[in-house]
Amino acid sequence: MLQALRKIPTGIKGFDELSQGGLPCHRTTLLKGGPGAGKTVFAMQTLVNAIRERQEAGIFVAFEESAQQISANAATFDWALPARSRNKLFTVDAHLSPETVHSGEFDLAGMLAVLKAKQEAIGAQWIVFDGIDVLLTLLQNPIAEMREIYRIREWLADSGMSAIITAKADGSTAEVAHYGFLQFMTDCVISLGRRLEHGVPLHRLQITKYRGSDFVAGEYPVSFGPAGMEVGAPEPTEITHAASTERVSAGFERLDTMLGSGLFRDSSTLITGVPGTSKTTLAGKFAEAACRRGERTLFVSFDEGAGPIQRNLASVGIQLKPHVKSGLLRMYSGRTESVGAEDHLLKLKSLLREHRPRCMVIDPLSAIAKAGGIAVARAVANRLIYAVKDEGVTVLVTAINLGDEPQIEATDLQISTIADTWIHLSYLIRGGERNRALTIIKSRGTWHSNQVRELVLGKSGPLLADVYTAGGEVLMGTLRWEKEGEERARTVQRRAEFEHKRSELQAAEAATHARIKALQQDLARQQTGLTMYASENQARITSTSEREKELRVIRSADKGNGKARPDAT
Amino acid sequence: MPRKRKQKASSRVSARAVTTVVVMRLYIANSAPNSAKAVANLAAICKEYLQDNFKLEVVDVLEFPQRALADGILVTPSLTKLSPYPSAKIVGNLGDRASVLHALGIKH
Repeated sequence: MLQALRKIPTGIKGFDELSQGGLPCHRTTLLKGGPGAGKTVFAMQTLVNAIRERQEAGIFVAFEESAQQISANAATFDWALPARSRNKLFTVDAHLSPETVHSGEFDLAGMLAVLKAKQEAIGAQWIVFDGIDVLLTLLQNPIAEMREIYRIREWLADSGMSAIITAKADGSTAEVAHYGFLQFMTDCVISLGRRLEHGVPLHRLQITKYRGSDFVAGEYPVSFGPAGMEVGAPEPTEITHAASTERVSAGFERLDTMLGSGLFRDSSTLITGVPGTSKTTLAGKFAEAACRRGERTLFVSFDEGAGPIQRNLASVGIQLKPHVKSGLLRMYSGRTESVGAEDHLLKLKSLLREHRPRCMVIDPLSAIAKAGGIAVARAVANRLIYAVKDEGVTVLVTAINLGDEPQIEATDLQISTIADTWIHLSYLIRGGERNRALTIIKSRGTWHSNQVRELVLGKSGPLLADVYTAGGEVLMGTLRWEKEGEERARTVQRRAEFEHKRSELQAAEAATHARIKALQQDLARQQTGLTMYASENQARITSTSEREKELRVIRSADKGNGKARPDAT
Repeated sequence: MPRKRKQKASSRVSARAVTTVVVMRLYIANSAPNSAKAVANLAAICKEYLQDNFKLEVVDVLEFPQRALADGILVTPSLTKLSPYPSAKIVGNLGDRASVLHALGIKH
């Protein structure tokens, strides 16, 4: 084997990743599994894809079903081929009618000759032997069966076509001996299985052999949708979502403030709470805000119709109807009764592809665990959130938890670990009332409030109100209202007290001012008096000395006498 | 008129049932062992039970694959009884003589 093994993609989502490229080219692949496991779908889808993608012609040999049954089954999928390619798929009806009489041995030499001629006529590169076991068991002879298997193997090797052989297998030991050689002669063996879990059929796929190639071992879930089969291949172990720093509104301002200005674009948000805590209202507000920004939005609800949701949300001022009409908002309501989680995943993925939303709501995501096992639902929830994030969609999911403790959610779908933001809603019963409380348990990469807020539903939408703690108890509703009343009364009283004090002080100030004024007047009066007195006194002195002079003149005293007088006294 | 003729023919058939001509077609894969066995087994049956009252066409699917495909024959050897009614299809090397006679409507 000098040449590296070439692989051809099957176009089956997930399988090409598991097999690291698809089926081996020019080799034979065996598909084994019980009835209804999806063998025929796998084979037919591979052929249809080969024709559509690479214009490779193929022959489909049906041993179990008639050609009409095959085409009727194929018609349930979106596999219609364009007119020019229809001659590239050739179905051979090789099922023997029940009226056919068996008399002695037969062989496949003639059939292979016919198929060889057909291969050359249409240039086929693919061949499918669907339900080869049906024909082989008619031989009723293990040696003859072995011989014919060997004949097919030789023929296939000679034809150079890539082949798929399907055979029923139920895992019994008798069949191991029976098809041991079939497994040995093929290069790739794929097991398909179907089992019921809690009344829901679960399909499984496992690659059990791949000669000359690496493959991902393990059993993987299979689901069927309009495009055919899809394998739930493991997510890439490395998470490669780009981190956005853009913020989008979580629905309303106060919540955005609590989250430190909203949610990150492309992030995932989980809202948990017991029934009736307004999870849907918050989800609706988020969707409405997205539509108002002009972003395409997908609203998925389970077990509740789009109509009732629109009506209920309209009662709290959230209008979704206009956005549905404009085509911006797509509402999908799913049924959960006996629908497996895998089927939900497939449906949601196809909705994502169809609507291409920027924002998405799933209300409640926990509904997917209703039917089928919890382990499956958990895996699906994880894959769903990753798939949504891969598409760059900002997603908000709700989950019902039956206890009031948020930790209980951790035992349910376990999405709280992968959600970027986790908001928990609960009831608080105090003073004969039930009130809704909102807390942000986590919000990755951003500051967020650690406060409990009361969620109040008004006619114009949800509001958040501060809560009061008194004596170690959180107060909400009427108690909050009373507390707010008390607070208001106290404020009024404080204001009145202040006013009173102020006027008192003002009065005192005025009195002081008045006193100052009076004193100043006194001062002025005294100063005036003093000045008057001084000038009178001066006048008196002047007049005295004048009088003495006059007296001296009158008395005719000499000048010397006059001078000597003060010394003598 | 055709109806009248048909009645006549059928009355003739019932009168001479033993000598009804059996029309058959045998599909073989050249000289593959089972095909060779089928040719031999059928020849013996015809000789013993039908004498000259049969018409047999042998188609080698290796030579005329398109014909086999058109007739819906894939497994070889295969014997088809075309007339008289009812038609029948027998798969195998015709080794089980009783089932062949039964399918061909031959009393023995």
